[in-house]
Amino acid sequence: MEITAPVEKATDHSHEPVTASVRKPLVTGGKTIHDVTKDICGPVEAAPPKTWLLAMGLSSTVLLVGLYALLMTLWEGIGMWGLNKTVGWAWDITNFVWWVGIGHAGTLISAVLLLFRQKWRTSINRAAEAMTIFAVICAAVFPVIHMGRPWLGFYWALPLPNTFGSLWLNFNSPLLWDVFAISTYFSVSLVFWYIGLVPDFATIRDRAKNKISKLIYGGLSLGWSGGAKNWERYESVSLILAGIATPLVLSVHTIVSFDFATSVIPGWHTTIFPPYFVAGAIFSGFAMVLTLMLVTRRIYKLEDYITIHHIELMNIIIIVTGSVVGIAYITEFFIAAYSGVEAEQYAFTNRMTGPYWWAYWSMMTCNVISPQLFWFKKIRTSIAATFIISIIVNIGMWFERFVIIVTSLHRDFLPSSWAMFTPTLYDIGVYLFTFGFFFTAYFLFAKFFPVINMAEVKAVLKSTSSKE
Amino acid sequence: MESNKNFVLGVFNDEDVLLDGVQKIKGGGVNIHEVFTPFPVHGLDHVLGYKRSKLPIAAFLFGLTGTILAITMQVGMMTVDWPMIIGGKDYLPVPTFVPVTFELTVLLTAFGMVGTFLVVADLKPWAKPKIFDIRQTDDKHIVAIDLADNEKDKAELELILKNSGAEEVKDKKFD
Repeated sequence: MEITAPVEKATDHSHEPVTASVRKPLVTGGKTIHDVTKDICGPVEAAPPKTWLLAMGLSSTVLLVGLYALLMTLWEGIGMWGLNKTVGWAWDITNFVWWVGIGHAGTLISAVLLLFRQKWRTSINRAAEAMTIFAVICAAVFPVIHMGRPWLGFYWALPLPNTFGSLWLNFNSPLLWDVFAISTYFSVSLVFWYIGLVPDFATIRDRAKNKISKLIYGGLSLGWSGGAKNWERYESVSLILAGIATPLVLSVHTIVSFDFATSVIPGWHTTIFPPYFVAGAIFSGFAMVLTLMLVTRRIYKLEDYITIHHIELMNIIIIVTGSVVGIAYITEFFIAAYSGVEAEQYAFTNRMTGPYWWAYWSMMTCNVISPQLFWFKKIRTSIAATFIISIIVNIGMWFERFVIIVTSLHRDFLPSSWAMFTPTLYDIGVYLFTFGFFFTAYFLFAKFFPVINMAEVKAVLKSTSSKE
Repeated sequence: MESNKNFVLGVFNDEDVLLDGVQKIKGGGVNIHEVFTPFPVHGLDHVLGYKRSKLPIAAFLFGLTGTILAITMQVGMMTVDWPMIIGGKDYLPVPTFVPVTFELTVLLTAFGMVGTFLVVADLKPWAKPKIFDIRQTDDKHIVAIDLADNEKDKAELELILKNSGAEEVKDKKFD
């Protein structure tokens, strides 16, 4: 709900903020519109700071190390991983679900918060959407390599006629739904992100001093000039994109959860999975946004745009989604006990007390207990605490997927097939590759693209900035 | 006088003053070529008398195409062309067609609508935009008035702009 004082008649020529003091300012430091342009374009135009070079060097090293593991896996096959006949899905699918989940916060911030008219999203949506795109690319790496011969993937995943080798696709398969869901999600997010970038590229183009950046940003800005008619069209496009991206983001993790929920494996075969996965996705996504934003605001000195108020609001979303996830864990456990199905009961007892008990209890501690600390205002407004908890949450969310996948599989229906899963260096290496890619891509984005949506921040500046 | 060449520009600082000013300028019987703003100013299209964009209709039609395409594709493949019983399931498993149908609807809506937007808004990488004032993408709102499009002479237009709250009035020639 917006609490605003009646806007004064324009003849008053007043530049005073029109927001009542109930609402905290979104941009501090008494910024003018020109300051916004200067502050956000500054890092794009200037030479990168030393901290950026350091971050870039570190992430690209990780990328190269990971690339070796990735290429070895492609060359030798997925026998390089620690999978066995019983545990045929382990780190790969865990990482896949983890990365897709992380991606969800970007769309949530840009689409759902736009529909709810949450103005605080304007400072963080650009970076969060970039994060979504890179996270989805990282996620896609795993099912693609897991195919074993990804170059044949076209025949298996695209609707090609029987004469191309295999039969038509099987639309009963949730794995195929995933192909459609993830690729739609990726391309729609990319379009949404790019459309938002166009006016900001135009700003950089008009400020560019040298020919090369004028040419590049000129091309990227698609000749945007900011005419009122185009703004009207632009807003209409943004609103509809937000409207369709909202059910899309919910559908994507729902479909990811179908990969498990439609099977007959104890511990997977549950109807609670779709909402539980979506809540978990938003939970981990916001944690990753916080981790990245805290680093970004420090490197680029954006404390006036990404304020403690923003961090606090994101932490509140973490409490809500973290609690939903906690309730889902308990519900799942209760239903297993109450159902009277022995296999289900065993699956859940085994999670808690079996050989993977440490994974289960890490998940519980990180996901259910740690976010509850945000009930204390001191903790949710502390940058150091937020940074640490945001990382703990993502560790917990990784364990959640690991617990669901590996502990359900490792106790086969046939006790003689019971097995354990141990990752090899190549499992770890491919995971590192995605980390390297994610951070390299993010830091490149942060250097060459405006990290904050200038046009949107400018639009809310008058009503939400502080004058001090 | 040739159109699209000689312009009088009013530079505005504040969006509320701009809204008020544009209303006054239009009220004075002046034809405004276009108003350029660094961010979307709500209500500006209304004051300028622009009709609502028809992009939502395009979006709906593209979405409908996506739905029809997805249903045709799935029924065609799984039911008509090569009926296969997989896991004892039906030839026409309608519920399992829902996810792909939804995704393709969203995909075609997004791409179709954005594609239409780029075409009608004339946005393309090789476009050479008319920049009236370099600050129009930074912090100023520019009201551009085409001299050829108005009966009034330059001095009159400048006076109207000044009286409507423009902080600065200048002219711009394109060749």
